[in-house]
Amino acid sequence: MIALGQHADFIIWAYAGVTLGTLALIGVVIVQARMVNARLKTLEAQGIRRRSGRSA
Amino acid sequence: MSTPLATPKLNWFSQIANPGRFLAWSKPIIVPLAVATALVFAVGLWFAFFNSPADYQMGDTVRIMYIHVPTAWLSQFVYATMFFSAIGTLVWRHPLADVSAKAAAPMGAAFTAMALFTGALWGRPTWGTFWEWDGRMTSTLILLLIYLGIIALWRTFEDQLRAARVIAVVTLVGAINIPIIKFSVDWWNTLHQPTSVLRLDGPTMPGSILTPLLVMTLAFTLLFITLHVQRMRTEILRRRVSTLERQRVMMAES
Repeated sequence: MIALGQHADFIIWAYAGVTLGTLALIGVVIVQARMVNARLKTLEAQGIRRRSGRSA
Repeated sequence: MSTPLATPKLNWFSQIANPGRFLAWSKPIIVPLAVATALVFAVGLWFAFFNSPADYQMGDTVRIMYIHVPTAWLSQFVYATMFFSAIGTLVWRHPLADVSAKAAAPMGAAFTAMALFTGALWGRPTWGTFWEWDGRMTSTLILLLIYLGIIALWRTFEDQLRAARVIAVVTLVGAINIPIIKFSVDWWNTLHQPTSVLRLDGPTMPGSILTPLLVMTLAFTLLFITLHVQRMRTEILRRRVSTLERQRVMMAES
């Protein structure tokens, strides 16, 4: 790792904030996808299917 | 005896517009897109921290630019995605256009917030202030507020198809802010430096700084594309769940 100079704090905070924001964004996308998939499977298990009969 | 109906051959536009087909072709590309994003991020971060010099004026704070410029670029690129989706909704009633617009909005807000955050952390050591009410910064803050307004509108309407048309109009009106952000550094006397990458006479920075900037911009753009495709899939399935839940209520009532 290189030395980040006299303003290292600002650089570290900037990268930490963006890393946190990006990981949170990815996490939310994954959790929402799983929740919707689980709900869809539950409904289909209850015998409720789309009239067209196609599944995703 | 009944004969099965021949499926009409769909033109390319109908094929793109079909949510079922979108779910089919987008499923196998998510993982390769995610892997490509991770690899480009790895290369970009290596350039940013191990293979690029400190700037002769900014010093090491130039490394904040490698996350500030890509997030600022995405704050406008995501809006452009919503703008073209809005046209798709209003002109062609494209079934995937409103799904695309809805999926993009929260990510636009997130990237705009990151651009403002990293800009403030760069500004303090470089300009001596976290914030200045100048043209570029104020118009970017307005962009964040527009994103938040659009997200709130999506949650206001029960009927998502009706919401899509109203929000498409709002998105087109809000697009006036994008050229204001772009040209703010030329129109007004501002702390923010003028355009330095996308210029007719070429970038104004050396390759050693331009390379990490471009690689990180590609990485963030790939990240957005990956998440956008996935969020569109989730939104289509969410609408399917709503339809099935309505169907279940109707079945229970009958």
